[in-house]
Amino acid sequence: MQANALFFWIFAPILVASAFAVIFARNPVHSVLFLILSFVCAAGLFLLMGAEFLAMILIIVYVGAVAVLFLFIVMLLDVDFARLRQGFVQYLPQGLLIALVVAIELIYVASGLGPSPRAAPPATPVTAISNTAALGEVLYTRYFYFFQTAGMILLTAMIGAIVLTLHHKPGVKRQDVGAQVARNPETAVEVRKVASRAGI
Amino acid sequence: MGVDLTHYLTLAAIVFTIGVAGIILNHKNIIIILMSVELILLSVNINLVAFSTFSGDLTGQAFALFILTVAAAESAIGLAILVAYYRNRGSIAVEDINSLKG
Amino acid sequence: MYELIVFLPLLGFLIAGVFGPWIGVRASEYATTGLLGVCFVLSWIAFVMVAGGADAHVVIGNWFTSGKVVATWALRVDTLTAVMLVVVTTVSFVVHVYSIGYMSEDPSRPRFFAYLSLFTFAMLMLVTADNLVQLFFGWEGVGLASYLLIGFWYERPTANAAAIKAFVVNRVGDFGFSLGIFLTFYLTGSIAFDQVFAAAPGLVGKTVHFIGFNWDALTLTCLLLFMGAMGKSAQFLLHTWLPDAMEGPTPVSALIHAATMVTAGVFMVARLSPLFELSPAALTVVTVVGGTTAFFAATVGLVQNDIKKVIAYSTCSQLGYMFVGLGVGGYSLGIFHLFTHAFFKALLFLGAGSVITAMHHEQDMRAMGGLRREIPFTFWMMMIGTLSLTGVGIPLTSLGFAGFVSKDAIIEAAFASHRYGAFYGFLCTDIAAALTAFYSWRLMFMTFFGQRGDWAASLQRSGHEQDGHAHNEPDPSGPGGHSHTHTPEAHAHAGHPAKESPPVMLVPLAVLALGATFAGTAFRYLFIGGGFGSFWRQSLFLGTGNHILEEMEHVSGFVSLSPSLFMLGGLLVACYMYLVDRTAPQRLAAEFPALYRFLLNKWYFDELYDFLFVRPAFAIGRLFWKGGDGAVIDGFGPDGVSARVLDVARGAVKLQTGYVYHYAFAMLLGAAALTTWYLFGGVTR
Repeated sequence: MQANALFFWIFAPILVASAFAVIFARNPVHSVLFLILSFVCAAGLFLLMGAEFLAMILIIVYVGAVAVLFLFIVMLLDVDFARLRQGFVQYLPQGLLIALVVAIELIYVASGLGPSPRAAPPATPVTAISNTAALGEVLYTRYFYFFQTAGMILLTAMIGAIVLTLHHKPGVKRQDVGAQVARNPETAVEVRKVASRAGI
Repeated sequence: MGVDLTHYLTLAAIVFTIGVAGIILNHKNIIIILMSVELILLSVNINLVAFSTFSGDLTGQAFALFILTVAAAESAIGLAILVAYYRNRGSIAVEDINSLKG
Repeated sequence: MYELIVFLPLLGFLIAGVFGPWIGVRASEYATTGLLGVCFVLSWIAFVMVAGGADAHVVIGNWFTSGKVVATWALRVDTLTAVMLVVVTTVSFVVHVYSIGYMSEDPSRPRFFAYLSLFTFAMLMLVTADNLVQLFFGWEGVGLASYLLIGFWYERPTANAAAIKAFVVNRVGDFGFSLGIFLTFYLTGSIAFDQVFAAAPGLVGKTVHFIGFNWDALTLTCLLLFMGAMGKSAQFLLHTWLPDAMEGPTPVSALIHAATMVTAGVFMVARLSPLFELSPAALTVVTVVGGTTAFFAATVGLVQNDIKKVIAYSTCSQLGYMFVGLGVGGYSLGIFHLFTHAFFKALLFLGAGSVITAMHHEQDMRAMGGLRREIPFTFWMMMIGTLSLTGVGIPLTSLGFAGFVSKDAIIEAAFASHRYGAFYGFLCTDIAAALTAFYSWRLMFMTFFGQRGDWAASLQRSGHEQDGHAHNEPDPSGPGGHSHTHTPEAHAHAGHPAKESPPVMLVPLAVLALGATFAGTAFRYLFIGGGFGSFWRQSLFLGTGNHILEEMEHVSGFVSLSPSLFMLGGLLVACYMYLVDRTAPQRLAAEFPALYRFLLNKWYFDELYDFLFVRPAFAIGRLFWKGGDGAVIDGFGPDGVSARVLDVARGAVKLQTGYVYHYAFAMLLGAAALTTWYLFGGVTR
C-alpha cells in the first residue's frame, strides 16, 4: 500500500536522523529531546505495523517517564559538558570500525533472511479484536510468569532507586509515628509544683 | 514498492549501530551512554515487533513489552546511581573512577 | 696375632678419636702409643717367625660378592708383608712417642693421635691385603689420613690448600690405579692375589684393544697400576704434592711422607711382581720414571731454604731410587732400600723437628747456624742420619751405614742390568748421589756449623719473587712468607740459645739412629744377599731370566766405587761453599740467576700444572656454574618460569584499567567477534 510505504519513508529517516542527533548533539538537553523524537517516530512505525498498544505504551512510558527522567537528571546535575566532549575523538576509528562491522553483519543477516516478499503487511485479522485485547489475552495466560517477573523487576527497581537516592537531611522536621506512639508518661511529662501566681 | 520485513530489520540494524557508536564515541559522557543504551533497546523492539507482525505471532509484541519494562527499570536505577555518584563526587566525570585498576 | 697387629691401631683411633674429650689428653696419648707399642713388639715377633718360614693367611670375613667379583677381608702374611709390618709399626711407634713431646703444646692432641693411629691401621690394612680391592681400601685410607694430618692445623689456609692438593694429586694416580684393577679383573676374572698371580703367566702376549690401539694386556695393566704408585709415591709428574705436605706437623712428615705412605707405591709394585715381571716394557717405564725422579728431586733440593723441604725432596729422590731398584728386576733391592730409608729418613725428619722446636718453630735454615754447640745430641743424631743418607761406608764391602748398603746396591744393579732404560737409571742415580751428598751436607753446615746469623743476610734480601712459593692459590700468609711458619717472633729469638729437646723426643731419635747405622749391614744377607731365596720365598716373583742379584755382585770395581766418589765430591763442594767461603752460594746464584730460580721454583711444575689443569678446571666449573646451572637451568627453570609469569601478568594487567567504560568496550568487542565467528565460521553451518 502506498500509504504504508509513504509513512514508513517519512518515519524511518527521521528516526535515523534523530538517533544521530542524540549522539552528536552538543547540548544534552537537545540530546534528550532528540531521543524523544526518536521514540515518537518509533511509535509511529509501530502503529504502521499494527501494534498500536505498544506504540501508545512507548509514548506513555518511554517518553513520558523515562525520557522525562533523563531530562530531570540532565537539568539537576551540574555538568561540565565541554570537558566531557573532550574524549569524543579518542576512540573514533575503533568506534566506527566496530559499528560498521556490526552494521554490515546485521544487514547481511537481515537481507539474507528476508522472507518471500510480501507486498503488504497482512491485513487486519478478520476477527475485529483490537491489538490491546489480543495482547491482553496472551499476556495473562501464556506469558503469565514473565508478566509477574516483570512486576518484580519493577518493584526491585523502585526500591533500588529509593535506597540509592534517599538521604535524610539533618535538621528537617518530620513525623516519626512510631516514636510518637511509643512515648510514655515518665519521659514525656514533668510535674512541677508551682506556687500560686508565681509561674514557671 | 512494498515495505517488507527487510526494511524494518535494516532500519533496526542502523539504529542499533548508531547506539553502539554512541557508547563508544561518548565514553566520557555517562548520560549520553545511557541514552545510547535506550536507542539500542529501541532497535531491538522494532525488530521484535516487525517479526511479530510479519509472522502473525503475538509473542514478539509481548516480548517487546517486557523489554520496555526492563528498560525503564534499568534507566531508573542507572540514573539513581548517577545521582548518588554526583552527590559523593560533585561531578559526573566518570573517567576518574579507576579503583579497579589492576 | 696378625689380626691384633692390624686392628689394635684401629682401636686406638676409636679410643682417642671418639672418647678423647672425655678421657683427657694424657690418656689418649698413652692409649694409642701403648697399643702401638704392642703392635711393634708383635710385628718383630711375626718378622722372626715369617723369616723362619711361617707364612700365614688369615681370613676375617666376606666383604661383598657382586656377580663374579668376590672380595673378602683377609690378611696375607708372607715375607714382604712381614718386612712392611716391621717398618710401619716401628716408625709409627717411634713417631707416637716422639709426638708426645713434639705436640706437647698443641690443644688438639687427642685428634692428632687418633689420626696417627687411623693412618697406621690403614697402612697395615694395605700391606696385609689379600686382594686388590682391600689394598685399594688401605690405599685410600692412608690418603685420607694424609689429608687429615696435613691439614691438621686447619685454621691455616695454606695447610688446607696443601691437604687438598695432596688428595687431588693422589686421586689422579688413583684413577689409573682403579683402571688397572678393573683391567686385571677383566683379564683374569678375579681380584684376589692368588688367582691373579696364577693367571698371570697365561696372559703373556695377550692384547687388549683400547682407544684404537692394540696394547699388550699385561703392560697396559702394569702401567695403569704404576700410575697409582706414581701418585702415592710422588714420582716425577705427580710429585707436586709432597713438598706442600710439609705444612703438616713434623711427626706427620716423618711417618707418612718419609717412611710409610709414600712407600706404599713401592710396596705395591713389589707385591705385584708376578705381573710386572712379565712385562718388560712396564719395568722400563718404572726405571725411567724412578731415575728421572731421583735426579729431578735432588736438583730441586739443592737450593731450598726450608729445612723440611730439603728433606722432603730428599725423600722424593730416594723414592726414585727405590723404583729404579724395582725396575731393573731387583724387587728386593727396592724393598731393602725402603727398609733402610724408613730408618734414616724418619731420623732426619724427627731430628729436624727437634731443631725446629729448639729454634722456637723457625724452619728457615738461613736463620740457623752454630746449633751443634747448643743441641749436641740432636746434632749427632742428624749426623748419623746424614751419613746414612749420603751413603758413607767402606766401598767394595758391605760395611757401612744403612743407606750406603742399599743405595750402592741399587746403583750397581742398575749398571748391571741389560734392560732398556737401566743405564739411564744408573746415570741418574749415580749423579743424584753427588747431589744428595751436597744438599744433605749443606743442610748440616747451614744448621749446625758456623754462627747464628751467618746466613741472615740472605734472609732479608730474598724477595718474594725468589722464594720457591708457587702455590696454586695466592698465599695469604701475612709477612711476605719466607717460610710457612716464619713468624716475626722467630727473628727476635734468633739471638736466644736453643734448648735441647726433652728425652721423650730424643729417645726415638736414638732408636732410629741404631737402625740407620746397623740395619743395612745386618740385613743385607737376608734381603739381597745369599739368603735371598730362603728369606723371600714366594712373596717376590722373579722371572726365568732375572738374575740381577748375582749380576750386580760382579760389576767392575770402578762402578762400585763411583757412588762413594760422587758422594765425596758433593761433600767437598758443600764444605767449600758452606764452611770455607760463605759468600760462594750467593755469588753462584747471582751468576746463574735463571738456573737458580728454575731450581728454586721446582722446575716451575706448579705453575705449569696451574696453567694446564687448575685454571681450565676452574673455568669449566665456572662455566657450568654460571652458564649451565645459572643461566640455563635456573633461567629456564624456576627463575625463567617466574620471570615469564611476571611478564605475562604485567601484560595482562594492562587490560585491568579500572575504567568501566573499557570493560564495556571489551564486552562489545567480544560480542561482535562472537557474532562474526558464528556467522562465518559457525558451530554448525
